[in-house]
Amino acid sequence: MATVSIRGLHKRYPGGFHAVRGISLDIADGEFLVLVGPSGCGKSTSLRMVAGLEEVSEGEIRIGDRLVNDIAPGDRDIAMVFQNYALYPHLSVRDNMAFGLRMRNTPRAEIERRVSAAAAALSIESLLARRPRELSGGQRQRVALGRAIVREPAVFLFDEPLSNLDAKLRVQMRAELALLHRRLGTTVIYVTHDQVEAMTLGDRIVLMNHGVIQQIDAPLAIYRRPANRFVAAFIGSPTMNFFHGTIRDGGFVAAGGAARVPLDGVAATVPSGDAVLGIRPEDFVVGGGDEDAAAFATAEVTVAEQMGHETLAHVSIGGATSIVRVPGNRGVAPGDRLPLGVRAGAMHLFAADDEGRRLA
Amino acid sequence: MREPLRITILRHAVLLAFVAISIYPVLNVVSISLRPGDRLRSTDLAIIPADWTLASYAALFTEQPFLRWLGNSLAVSAAVTVTGVALASTAGYAFSRFRFIGRRATMLAILTTQMFPATMLLLPLYVLIARLGLVDTWLGLMIFYTATALPFCVWQMKGFYDTIPASLEEAARIDGCTRGQAFWYVVLPLATPGLVITALFSFMTAWSEYIVAAQVMQREEMFTLPLGIKGFQASLSSQWGLYAAASILVSLPVVAVFLSLSRFLVNGLTVGSVKE
Ligand SMILES: Nc1ncnc2c1ncn2[C@@H]1O[C@H](COP(=O)(O)OP(=O)(O)O)[C@@H](O)[C@H]1O
Ligand SMILES: [Mg+2]
Repeated sequence: MATVSIRGLHKRYPGGFHAVRGISLDIADGEFLVLVGPSGCGKSTSLRMVAGLEEVSEGEIRIGDRLVNDIAPGDRDIAMVFQNYALYPHLSVRDNMAFGLRMRNTPRAEIERRVSAAAAALSIESLLARRPRELSGGQRQRVALGRAIVREPAVFLFDEPLSNLDAKLRVQMRAELALLHRRLGTTVIYVTHDQVEAMTLGDRIVLMNHGVIQQIDAPLAIYRRPANRFVAAFIGSPTMNFFHGTIRDGGFVAAGGAARVPLDGVAATVPSGDAVLGIRPEDFVVGGGDEDAAAFATAEVTVAEQMGHETLAHVSIGGATSIVRVPGNRGVAPGDRLPLGVRAGAMHLFAADDEGRRLA
Repeated sequence: MREPLRITILRHAVLLAFVAISIYPVLNVVSISLRPGDRLRSTDLAIIPADWTLASYAALFTEQPFLRWLGNSLAVSAAVTVTGVALASTAGYAFSRFRFIGRRATMLAILTTQMFPATMLLLPLYVLIARLGLVDTWLGLMIFYTATALPFCVWQMKGFYDTIPASLEEAARIDGCTRGQAFWYVVLPLATPGLVITALFSFMTAWSEYIVAAQVMQREEMFTLPLGIKGFQASLSSQWGLYAAASILVSLPVVAVFLSLSRFLVNGLTVGSVKE
């Protein structure tokens, strides 16, 4: 087990593409850290630099207190699970799992013991004699996990391990991964583009965009206080609604004047001027203002998606579409005009520029 | 939908005609090799003549240096095969996996050599081998053949490696392999069909070649089989019995090599390893 420490990490690919632009982060021993971000943001590149599969252009990577920049992947005491599983097709499941231990000259009896234990933990004992091509996708995923576990590495690296599974299996494996981590307590760096995986698995989430870290924090902290508009839009589903407008006289007025709301207690810290107000779909209150919510706008429903336990109402506010989450199956129909309030303390204010830094 | 009877008959007729065309000469050679004397033409239609004899085969081993030629052919072909596989498997890997300065240029240059017929390269290569003092040696012929077979083999192996996902090697390196070990334990086993094709191609290039051998090998004792056999075909009286018997014996190793290697020529060795 080990900490991982990354300092000022850069990756410039041959050809000049600057994929990772100076990321720094410290991962605690036993922590489950999730690297999340949209496709192409440099997650895999970062992970592969930690693995030693990609050369570091600039910066330092330490595993434990050892600088590993120039250490071969096999000597970094890590194990990696690939998105495409990367099982050795010519070897049986047993030999796939034993391969890494054999390369390290582990005694035969010890290999046997570890492979059996891992196979039992993953319920793949009956598959040990098979070849990868004789396995289903979910089984291959388990074997890939098994191959990582038997090595008993200091750090597990996962690169989108669940994204090739169907939705149902993904939910099941997600739970198993969480369980596995709790049992083994090994440090994990887990890459995904799926914010649900990030929220449910991570002790902490690192959110990346364009090779730059946007925010590092616990899942709920990121959810409650996104550091900028990009993070706010990325975490949460359906995504946060944004209103461009102006702060003046202690309140926010949406452009065009279709919505306005007082910013009690918030406005004091925020200068007047252009701003973007963010409201999550679940933070709207249908019925307008009361003691818990400030009146916001009257909106016309354009589409109502009935989910059973809730309704997602697509509404038009001053010509722009927002999504409102209405709990229960209370009848909401297209054409309805809903008076909307905003839950107290649920308003996110961001700068109106491209960076969209959080104001309050 | 069922095929109309007319079409079925037509299809089989065409197929049978081609089978006959390809089998007839072989059977004819078998037949000639079993005839006593040097009767090339015969009115007898039997494949095995009534007065069949193995005299021609016996004569090859007793009266002719057939074994010596066989040895020469085997030595040169085996050497070409081993060198071809060793060089093509490594060069192809480099072209498939590494990006180095001059990679494209080298690959194109290799391809360009394939645009010239071997006969055109005969003179320069002969001069080269003569300067090296390798005329009438196994090594001289081997260099010649390897040089002509290798370009195809390198491209072929490169194409094969391209189908093996890089993540398999990465997994191996994380599992503790060096680059070389990952190549040996993971990539090569998966490239078996490519290696087999390379081996067969190299072997056949060397085994059945005549024109180059006729230049490089000048003393009868250094002849390879095609050269030796051609010698039975003199301008006045050809020894057709010996010629036919030797032809049959020459094909046997080829058949043996094909049969023993064909089981490695399977598709989809990498199926199931990765999911794209
Ligand atoms: N070998 C490479 N050469 C050049 N550019 C690359 C290479 N690998 C990835 N990239 C680029 O780097 C960026 C980050 O890639 P990656 O780390 O794989 O993103 P992701 O966050 O989806 O895992 C992408 O824009 C990708 O096109
Ligand atoms: Mg990726």
